[in-house]
Amino acid sequence: MDLVLSKESIDNIISVLDEDLLRAGADCALLVDRSGNLIVNRGDPATLDVVALAALSAANFGATAEIAKLIGEDDFALLFHKGKNENIHFSKVGKGFILITLFGKDVSLGLIRLNTARVTDTLIPILGGEQ
Amino acid sequence: MSFIDLSKNEVQCKIVYYGPGRGGKTTNLLYLHQALTDSVRGKMVTIDTKGDRTLFFDFLPLALGQIQGLSIKIQLYTVPGQVMYNATRKLVLKGVDGIVFVADSLKVQKEKNVESLENLRQNLAEDNIDIKEIPLVLQYNKRDLGGSNIPILSVEELQEDLNKELQVSSFSGSALKGDGVFETLREISKGTVKYVSRKLLSR
Repeated sequence: MDLVLSKESIDNIISVLDEDLLRAGADCALLVDRSGNLIVNRGDPATLDVVALAALSAANFGATAEIAKLIGEDDFALLFHKGKNENIHFSKVGKGFILITLFGKDVSLGLIRLNTARVTDTLIPILGGEQ
Repeated sequence: MSFIDLSKNEVQCKIVYYGPGRGGKTTNLLYLHQALTDSVRGKMVTIDTKGDRTLFFDFLPLALGQIQGLSIKIQLYTVPGQVMYNATRKLVLKGVDGIVFVADSLKVQKEKNVESLENLRQNLAEDNIDIKEIPLVLQYNKRDLGGSNIPILSVEELQEDLNKELQVSSFSGSALKGDGVFETLREISKGTVKYVSRKLLSR
């Protein structure tokens, strides 16, 4: 399955990420596919190696999907890693994509979860339905 | 799965280095990482594990310049070669656009090479990919041991074992010294970009 996105689709993805995640206080929001390709990155990733983050996130998701299978689940819809200052939230977008949100300690996890759910619903049709 | 971003005119493809354990897949990537300039290569990621085996994967992104106005970004991955890590191999193979099979020239690895190639064929088939359709290049690694007292397979034997049916391009190499590393990369990149663009045109 190859993915081709027009400029218009990319612009739509960018505005959704900016509107719902960056304005809610997230430092960074990335959309990647499950084979590790970086599709869009927003926010201030100047010091962040976003290409490596995309590859490692896809692998992380794949590895936890195997853990899910061991306990009788297909996969996990979201993952959350908590750091001292920075947190990272991963959520599944359709079957083929992952939304990664980085946010600091003064942003609530609940807000991020709520907004990523909304972003996911908006992104699926842009990415061509249930890919 | 390749990804084409028309807002940046950019193509991203995934190439996986496959082969038996301790055959030199990671060494290929390390050599490329050392030999290429910063403008071409990104940061190499190796998941830290004890010992010299790859337990998950290594990752090296490259920017290969432009073809017909499209900039080509290639992501190189290696898989763990040991038989028991098949689940990880399947995970890394997900969305692959091209494969380099790094065969070990050591005589004692003769069967391991054949087993690993068969494993690749099966794992691809599970993802509905025919090994004869996807771009594939063979690299016969460790040729520099030729003059030593360690018994190695001849290129003819390797061809007979691995390439008789596939009939794909093959290169003699020494990943440690860098021989054949760029030739292999050049061939697989060319094949992969062609394969991805053909798929796109037929959409």
